[in-house]
Amino acid sequence: MKSIVSAKEAIDLIQDGSTVMVGGFLDCGAPDILIEELVNQNTGNLTMIANDTTYPDLDKGKLIVNRQVKKLITSHIGTNPETGRQMHDGELEVELVPMGTLIEKIRAKGTGLGGVLTPTGVGTSIEENKKTMEIDGEKFIFEKPLGADFALIYGTKVDRYGNVSYYGTTRNLNTIMATAADTVIVQADELVDCLDPNEVVIPGLFVDYVVVKENK
Amino acid sequence: MELTAKIKQQEQQHSFVTDPIASDKKLLTKEKIREIIAKRAAKEFKKGDVVTLGIGLPTAVANYIPENVQVIFQSENGLLGVGRDQSREKQDRRVINAGGGCVEIVKGACFYDSQMAFTMMRGGHIDATVLGALQVDAEGSLASWIIPGKFVPGMGGSMDLVVGAKKVIIAMEHTSKGQIKIVKKCNLPLTAYKEVNLIITERCVFEVTSSGLLLTEINPMFSVDDIKSVTDADFDVSDTLKYMEV
Repeated sequence: MKSIVSAKEAIDLIQDGSTVMVGGFLDCGAPDILIEELVNQNTGNLTMIANDTTYPDLDKGKLIVNRQVKKLITSHIGTNPETGRQMHDGELEVELVPMGTLIEKIRAKGTGLGGVLTPTGVGTSIEENKKTMEIDGEKFIFEKPLGADFALIYGTKVDRYGNVSYYGTTRNLNTIMATAADTVIVQADELVDCLDPNEVVIPGLFVDYVVVKENK
Repeated sequence: MELTAKIKQQEQQHSFVTDPIASDKKLLTKEKIREIIAKRAAKEFKKGDVVTLGIGLPTAVANYIPENVQVIFQSENGLLGVGRDQSREKQDRRVINAGGGCVEIVKGACFYDSQMAFTMMRGGHIDATVLGALQVDAEGSLASWIIPGKFVPGMGGSMDLVVGAKKVIIAMEHTSKGQIKIVKKCNLPLTAYKEVNLIITERCVFEVTSSGLLLTEINPMFSVDDIKSVTDADFDVSDTLKYMEV
């Protein structure tokens, strides 16, 4: 059985300077109440790993607007003008990573690999300062694993064993982030006693804490 | 070097060539330009193709695909079988496309996570992609994710998609605000090196071959010389040059 806690109890664990992965593709499948609590607690100096920074008034975007992020590792910032502004003014360090590469770096961490070789970015600025390797005549870039202290993820239905299932396109990066952080906190739209094992997407062993959305 | 300093340095290195036709006279409306490009791109697919469309103009391509072709649309956020936009009354933010719009799904659709989405995209399982670009060059390299110092949306999934898709189609206006976009060599940071197969604009269609660009179709409103005057890259004219449908 997993610990079912409040958003406050879960987010209290995150200290200034932590590295935090946050799930969601834009606002779809984003753990909004966990982020809201992180904004309330004003935990600062964070390194955030996320697909994007959504919009200024939504989930991950609020952490940027509230200046809690010191370094951002992401693939797209175009939907949040504040991210671009902070980057240009030198207030926020931004590392832009191709989306597929970001995913594989996180997956490598979660699955215990020493990195991945990808053709994405060969011949572009992504290749700069990275090791490359030629395999059977094709060039690949070596990308290192990427993990975090915390992963804040979303689940549509979560059971008391930490198993997670999803509706629609809410899975996105939540599934791999669950494997690559020391502490994994899942926000559940709905808590059930026990999911049908056939519908489980993230096995419960990856999850440390469950926060139920109504139970803010 | 720090990112911002690097961007400033790159910005200083960039200069743009301008388009004499576009700055002299406006020949086509924006809507007509989009329609010509989207209609032409829609002819590139065969029945059952799995296609990923970029944001913006490429999204309009879906409106012109003949019904008997039955293309399956894939979205990088985890949906194979993207349908129409959801009506305003029943918007469900749990089912979106990569542009953030709520969408319907078609019969036979499936959901998956980002890792599976990029297994499809980078792994060579997508038949064709249609994307916009800031610049494309004679070698088939494209730039689409950054104008250093001015416009930095990030690459999102575009780099993976362009590397992995079996056919890469660039659908874009021939020039942008008077600036020439089809160049000898991109001077903006690249999205991918030598990956583009076809360039479709409102004025013409270029195939990218191992020896450079080949003009295969032309909008009857323009001459080959007109195309030359708004194209920085050199190109050959196909022996079987055809008119585009406009």
